[in-house]
Amino acid sequence: MRCVGSGQQLKRSNIMPPSLFHRLRLLCLVLCCTIGAAHAAPSPETLAKMAEDDSDSRIEAIAELGAEGSAQSVAVLDALADEALALTGAGRLVILTDTGALDAATGAAIDPYPDDADALMINNRIRRALQSAKAATNIRATDRSTRLAAALQLRDGADEALMPLLEPALAAEQDKEIRAILALAVARVNLASELPAKRTRAAELLGDSADASVKFMLTALLEKDGNGQFAEPDAGVRAAAKASINAIERRLAIADLASTAFTGLSLGSILLLAALGLAITYGVMGVINMAHGELLMVGAYATYVVQGLFRTHLPEYIDSYVIAAVPVAFFTAAAVGMLMERTVIRWLYGRPLETLLATWGLSLVLIQTARVIFGPQNVEVANPAWMSGGVSTYADIVLPWNRLVIIGFAIFVLLLVWLMMQKTRLGMFVRAVTQNRAMAGCVGVPTARIDTLAFGIGAGIAGLGGCALSQVANVGPAMGQGYIVDSFMVVVLGGVGQLAGAVTAAMGLGLMTKILEGWAGAVVAKILVLVFIIIFIQKRPQGLFALKGRFVED
Amino acid sequence: MSTRRSFIKAVTLTASLAAMGSVSTFAQAADTIKVGILHSLSGTMAISETALKNVALMTIEEINAAGGVLGKQLEPVVVDPASNWPLFAEKARQLLSQDKVAVTFGCWTSVSRKSVNPVFKELNGLLFYPVQYEGEELEKNVFYTGAAPNQQAIPAVEYLMSKDGGEAKRWVLLGTDYVYPRTTNKILRAFLHSKGVKDEDIMEEYTPFGHSDYQTIIANIKKFASAGKKTAVVSTINGDSNVPFYKELGNAGLKATDVPVVAFSVGEEELRGVDAKPLVGHLAAWNYFMSVKNPTNTAFIKKYQAWAKANGVPNADTVVTNDPMEATYVGIHMWKQAVEKAGTVDVDAVIPALGGQTVKAPSGFTLTMDPTNHHLHKPVLIGEVRADGQFSTVWKTKEPIRAQPWSPFIPGNEKKQDM
Amino acid sequence: MRTPLSVRMFQSLPRTAWLALAIFAAIAWIAIPAAHLLLPESSPFHVSAYTVTLLGKILCYAVVAVAMDLIWGYAGILSLGHGVFFALGGYAFGMYLMRQIGTDGSYGVALPDFMVFLDWKALPWFWVGSDSFLWALIMVVAVPGLLAFVFGWFAFRSRIKGVYFSIITQALTYATMLLFFRNETGFGGNNGFTDFKRILGYDITSPQMRLVLFGLSAALLIAVLILGRYLVTSKFGRVLAAIRDAESRVRFIGYQPTQYKLAIWTLSAVLCALAGALYVPQVGIINPSEMSPANSIEIAVWVAVGGRGTLIGGVIGAFIVNLAKSFFTVSFPDYWLFFLGFLFIGVTLFLPDGVVGLWRKLRGKRAIEDTDTPTETPADAKGASA
Repeated sequence: MRCVGSGQQLKRSNIMPPSLFHRLRLLCLVLCCTIGAAHAAPSPETLAKMAEDDSDSRIEAIAELGAEGSAQSVAVLDALADEALALTGAGRLVILTDTGALDAATGAAIDPYPDDADALMINNRIRRALQSAKAATNIRATDRSTRLAAALQLRDGADEALMPLLEPALAAEQDKEIRAILALAVARVNLASELPAKRTRAAELLGDSADASVKFMLTALLEKDGNGQFAEPDAGVRAAAKASINAIERRLAIADLASTAFTGLSLGSILLLAALGLAITYGVMGVINMAHGELLMVGAYATYVVQGLFRTHLPEYIDSYVIAAVPVAFFTAAAVGMLMERTVIRWLYGRPLETLLATWGLSLVLIQTARVIFGPQNVEVANPAWMSGGVSTYADIVLPWNRLVIIGFAIFVLLLVWLMMQKTRLGMFVRAVTQNRAMAGCVGVPTARIDTLAFGIGAGIAGLGGCALSQVANVGPAMGQGYIVDSFMVVVLGGVGQLAGAVTAAMGLGLMTKILEGWAGAVVAKILVLVFIIIFIQKRPQGLFALKGRFVED
Repeated sequence: MSTRRSFIKAVTLTASLAAMGSVSTFAQAADTIKVGILHSLSGTMAISETALKNVALMTIEEINAAGGVLGKQLEPVVVDPASNWPLFAEKARQLLSQDKVAVTFGCWTSVSRKSVNPVFKELNGLLFYPVQYEGEELEKNVFYTGAAPNQQAIPAVEYLMSKDGGEAKRWVLLGTDYVYPRTTNKILRAFLHSKGVKDEDIMEEYTPFGHSDYQTIIANIKKFASAGKKTAVVSTINGDSNVPFYKELGNAGLKATDVPVVAFSVGEEELRGVDAKPLVGHLAAWNYFMSVKNPTNTAFIKKYQAWAKANGVPNADTVVTNDPMEATYVGIHMWKQAVEKAGTVDVDAVIPALGGQTVKAPSGFTLTMDPTNHHLHKPVLIGEVRADGQFSTVWKTKEPIRAQPWSPFIPGNEKKQDM
Repeated sequence: MRTPLSVRMFQSLPRTAWLALAIFAAIAWIAIPAAHLLLPESSPFHVSAYTVTLLGKILCYAVVAVAMDLIWGYAGILSLGHGVFFALGGYAFGMYLMRQIGTDGSYGVALPDFMVFLDWKALPWFWVGSDSFLWALIMVVAVPGLLAFVFGWFAFRSRIKGVYFSIITQALTYATMLLFFRNETGFGGNNGFTDFKRILGYDITSPQMRLVLFGLSAALLIAVLILGRYLVTSKFGRVLAAIRDAESRVRFIGYQPTQYKLAIWTLSAVLCALAGALYVPQVGIINPSEMSPANSIEIAVWVAVGGRGTLIGGVIGAFIVNLAKSFFTVSFPDYWLFFLGFLFIGVTLFLPDGVVGLWRKLRGKRAIEDTDTPTETPADAKGASA
């Protein structure tokens, strides 16, 4: 084995396959880490390699820098990851910062600023090398989350070369969760051990995993080669592997079910937010508002504008722009809705089919207005930091934050609407008008004003829906068109003016779509759902929760 | 009685309205050459095509400022086919037979091109099509300035198979369900087979247009990728669906270092609508990136940004250029040169003159129009998404490569390379 | 013995209307062909190929509008999914057109191009017979008719009406659109059918063929107008109007509204399908976006603009909206949607009876008199109130 100490060049052997070469390098890295940093600065040879325009030599340089481990080397690695490591025309490596440039070798500031510095290009391969180098140093960090991330990184790439790093890390680790991850990583490596006992132990241990890739590793042991020989000669190991596979499969099946349920709920909550406003306006006024989708769009653009204002005026609070956008979206959409009601819809009461056409006209006008103001392209609405990424739960299912927040938001909006409808005077009036407009008018409910307010509230809720949608989907002039059909289906399926109906329908459609999608693909799932709705309406023409009471049909 | 009269009046009204349509022809001003621009300005495709209309108008202004063509000014005729495919054919007919345009620049989707092809053939018009497409077509009256599959898809997959690309062994072919993704994936599957990839290592998946919920698909990709071999995703997802796809991808924790996604329909314009930070490292294959550094490109970008400001394009301070815009720009200049070579705008004279024309393109390469297959020889650039929504070129061809509109990976195509 | 059908049909239209139809027929069958073929292009009266196809297309739309008016204006059923029948008719005839391409496609084989790229080796079962013109005509009528019948039978039997019915028709067209977008469905996916070459062996791009298709479209419109007029002035039509205005009462009297609604619904669908079959060879493409919900809404808008409950209103609406579309999308592309949007709002707010209603109002007539009480029914003329 040709492994040389820190600071010296690592020669690439021609006979070694690249993967082996990679392992050796990691091993060196590991060993070097344990020896500790001998030099205080990256060597000129390493930096020269870094400056070469070749991924292979650059990766060697990364390994050497990681091994060397001094503060300056780590700074160089960080700069490379941020694409802030640059090469001047004179061939000098510099680190570009917001304020100036630093020499990569010494960290000293460079004056004058090198105008000809060109940032070093990195690709995914280099990024991976950077991550490995980082994980190897981070596994001993004091911060728990840093260690956890490093442990996960090491687990997925665990191999023989990492053992000298993994075993002491496992021994030193106090945290239960990280210990479990490292134990799995060690077991993965031990599965290739010489000793059957060690292999059996590893195979048993791996049964605690819920990782599909581990399952594949174990299944490979049970496969027979061309001569009918098992890949794993020892029957005991095979039995342990089989038991572990079953355990993992059980876990994966549960995980599958759980993730389908989550995606279904998440889609359902989006459908609900999109349809809730429509349920109110339709319930109160029997008005099919074809411009409902555009009210979603208004809410989404309001969110976009608020984000823009935060970026220019309050950049330090940018992460809370969504919170500020919620009321803005509500009131903007409500204002647009009330304007629509006052100018157009008011004059069409009792003519639901005409209202349908007029509101479609309104939707076209709103779409084109958005196109003129904001341009035909989609605009960027970024998830704030606290809504990016996700929580890793059971069996590595990642629940994205934005979806979790939206489910919570849907519940919040629902609660709000319910309180408003049940506990306020306005809500009582709205319900009265929904049930019997003429009688409500007779006992003194100002029906015209209630109409306007109810429409405003419905529109405002659509605005809230738009605000939520901006966090998962496109924000563009035609975005509303994509939701209008779905919203109708929810309202029609749920039954007019029924919150419970809308909730049931939205969640039902969400789950159904996701279950079917897993089984038949996205296109067919959508078709089947529509066909289901058509058939369902035949059986329950008034929807799931029909308003009870006596009605004259005509 | 008057109801009867109203009936007859109504019929005559109809007839006169009908006549209205037929007298809208006006004599064409003798000192200008009309140029048709056939891009959707409303409907679902407006999101992509509006920028092409803009860049075409800018290029025409540029040519006019430099003295026009054959001493005449170019006069753009902009029509809006409204993302409606039959309307594309109708507008094409109108441009050719009513406005008598010398050339048309337009179309984005394959179906719009298929819709106008017969019209250009029948009326012997000239169409420049600026978008990457699935190939399997050659029309005498059409010049293709976008990429054929071998100028985009295959080099991208080769890159992902290389060491720098991550040596991918398993492949997810993900697309919107229409002809471009279908054909591209068919070609890629045959290509992967030829490289020894087995069918069980390829997952093909399609979504409807405007699909916005990618949770299930991303979960499936994750599952597929966990089988131990390095996995890459080839995405032919169409425009609008990309934002939800990438948002979900970023939030589900699939990083480019684990499962890189290479996209053929995602450029600078599409990334304007996304927060690019979680996407860093994902790839796109094009023939041009805005981030390419050379004097031609710098001038092109500056000109477009100035034009956008001067013409009140919304969000003019953040406009970007992309591959189809470059292709439009190159196409118009190429046509101008061919007209000058032919000395006339007559289609039959311009078509042969176009073959072999060269233009120094913003991509930094000199592009040649192939005389036999009407496609440009184009360089292939592979870029990784940067945090600012631009691409950094991680790989490019040494020189422009010739298009193979009839992919050799589809059986029966061997003999069909030329017109 | 009652008066023979042909006579009753003849009598259902006033003489001036016959005159108007005759003028229209003369323009469509003689004047326009002559102006297209005989006059040189330089003549100001020359009718260009563009105009012929544009008008032919709008004539097809007009047929759809009349079919829509029959169910919406006279039976009170608003369909937001009529595009599906139009498109199915188009697809049924498009299959024939695809087969007529023969080996002239880009792959030079008898299979349609899109099947070649899907690696299909033979025609799927539902393409059987599509090379026969007669079979194509049967399918044009049968497929959309059957779909409408089955759909209507279930929907009307369950007494789904009003907005609920509108929404499920929208679901129907949306689901069918998604189905046709799939490539595996076997109808060319998003690209649909295009690049047609010939009908019955004749070149589809020749001026003669163009005029024949145009003339047929005009003939279909005339026939649909006559048939429609006959239907709405007959007893059948009056029951329909009664159902529209008070369905329960009609049921209490002892009629079966379901049968009436089903009959007019299916007829309307078939008329749409015929229009679709004529539309496809003229515009040269059929693709699933014809079934998009927005297209179907636009059909309703033509009727609303022209005047609901007046057959001619649908025709006028189709012409106004589509000519305006052709004009705006060239002259003011950015403002086209504003115009269309404000047109709908304006018409529904200020012209509840459309252009025809406005025309009548200007002439001091009561606007809806005609629709509520058909005046010209020969058999019941005496019973009609003024």
